[in-house]
Amino acid sequence: MAIELTRDKVREVARLARLKLTDEEVETFTSQLGHVLEYVDILSEVNTDGVEPMAHAVEQFNVLRDDAVRESLPREAALANAPKTDGRYFQVPQILESS
Amino acid sequence: MTISGSTATELLARLESGESSSVEVTRTFLNAIDRQDETIGAFLFVNSDAALEQARAVDEKRAAGKSVGSLGGLPVAVKDVLCMRDTPTTCGSKILDGFRPPYDSTVVERLRAADAVIIGKTNMDEFAMGSSTENSAYKVTRNPWNTDHTPGGSSGGSAACVAAGMAPLSIGTDTGGSIRQPAAFCGVVGMKPTYGRVSRYGLIAYASSLDQAGPLANDVTGAAALLQAIAGHDARDSTSVNRPVPDYLCGLDQPLEGLKIGIAKEHFVAGLDPEVESTIREALGVYKSLGAEVIDVTLPHSKYAVATYYLIAASEASSNLARYDGVHYGHRAESFTNMVDMYCTTRSEGFGEEVKRRIMLGVFALSEGYSDQYYVKALQVRRLIRQDFDRAFADVDVILAPVAPTPAFKIGELVNDPLAMYLTDIYTISGNLAGIPCLSIPAGFSDAKLPIGMQLYGPAFSEDRLLRAARMFERVAGLSTLSSRLS
Repeated sequence: MAIELTRDKVREVARLARLKLTDEEVETFTSQLGHVLEYVDILSEVNTDGVEPMAHAVEQFNVLRDDAVRESLPREAALANAPKTDGRYFQVPQILESS
Repeated sequence: MTISGSTATELLARLESGESSSVEVTRTFLNAIDRQDETIGAFLFVNSDAALEQARAVDEKRAAGKSVGSLGGLPVAVKDVLCMRDTPTTCGSKILDGFRPPYDSTVVERLRAADAVIIGKTNMDEFAMGSSTENSAYKVTRNPWNTDHTPGGSSGGSAACVAAGMAPLSIGTDTGGSIRQPAAFCGVVGMKPTYGRVSRYGLIAYASSLDQAGPLANDVTGAAALLQAIAGHDARDSTSVNRPVPDYLCGLDQPLEGLKIGIAKEHFVAGLDPEVESTIREALGVYKSLGAEVIDVTLPHSKYAVATYYLIAASEASSNLARYDGVHYGHRAESFTNMVDMYCTTRSEGFGEEVKRRIMLGVFALSEGYSDQYYVKALQVRRLIRQDFDRAFADVDVILAPVAPTPAFKIGELVNDPLAMYLTDIYTISGNLAGIPCLSIPAGFSDAKLPIGMQLYGPAFSEDRLLRAARMFERVAGLSTLSSRLS
């Protein structure tokens, strides 16, 4: 099941991961991640037919709480670490073109 | 015995008898940090003023005859992955430079409730991704036993500060050995509790199905007392388990009768340093002399643990770390062309190389066309690893194993070979995948005078048993005062 990791695939994964890589990083990651993928291929020798995937060590389901009104973080505290804010909202660059 | 070489229990006794005040104890440790931390680099933030203020408050409470919490006035260092209100919390990353959480993590809240004095935030591999603390964006932490060597990681700062007598107790987190391996490298006791035993609320997420906070201490009793303070159900973490917390200190000194210790042949394979192997064999001899029975068990899927772990942890990390987008908190790039470019530039500037590598691996393992082959396959093997342990624990009470294949490696030795670094986690990560408790305790020294640890694995929620088994060993093998020989 081993796949060959190409530079183009690394660039594509970086785009999905919202990372900008330099050409040098693309080279390094192609080789390093290639080695890691080669290594994890060891799992292909394990027969997992009919084995239920285990997402969590303590398998709890439907943990519910009462739907009660509680205090939430005050606006000032929530905005205190914002890189850019007008005191009411988090500010981001314009997304939609102005008409 | 000096204050900074004392165990937590000895210090608590001094505080309770009035022989020392918390201010005096806290000052002594702050001075030890002043003297040594320039060399060791265990702390990212020293909480001097607030710690002294907390210490003073505990002293006043005690003087007034009011009831004082279980850690009344004891300094505790906390890994910088745990949020602490209005206190710098960086997770070892530039992307969180300047971040001051608006709330306390449950672990910090419980430490405060136990009247612990939080002395500082400790260095770590960025986002807990690493096994040497070399991946911190801020500084390298050195092993107090030999400063050319790493303290292990990712909780390297928490292990090093206890080993060097800069704090009697510390909190670490363990996603794939990150408490136990540094504890072994630095000659201290460290425990990863059962998944769900300690709340993850306010623990900055790396791999949510594996992350667990736990205690480090210079002896087993200290680790038990610290675990007692932080364990228990928390409605703010839906994976926290609602189950009573036993009294870990009561009966701790009573040896376990008829203890059955499992040894797995899969743990004694190529790559295990002969000095580590002989230390584990000697420890087994100690247990036999105490009446324990040694039984062979088999963990046939052990050799798949590293591959399974890196696929699952990287996948979860790629999703968890999507939140660092330069909008709500943390770093934002100064120049960018549009919204998406702001995300990309911010993340590329803010994350270090190992974090990028793991995000990339995770995004790849979850991507269309590959997720069944990688992510789902790893989750299936994870269940087989868990079943191996379930079968073994039908026959034995605990499993004794190495913590790491070698004593502490040198700074720079593995940092450019990620796969070789990942493989050093081979003995610890099965415990995270299975979600079971595991403890690392000093068991000996290499010829080069570096500590060697041993590990005890137990079934889910057997922390009390593991602590008692470790204490049995500690009482006769006498390594509890390792760190006091340092200075």
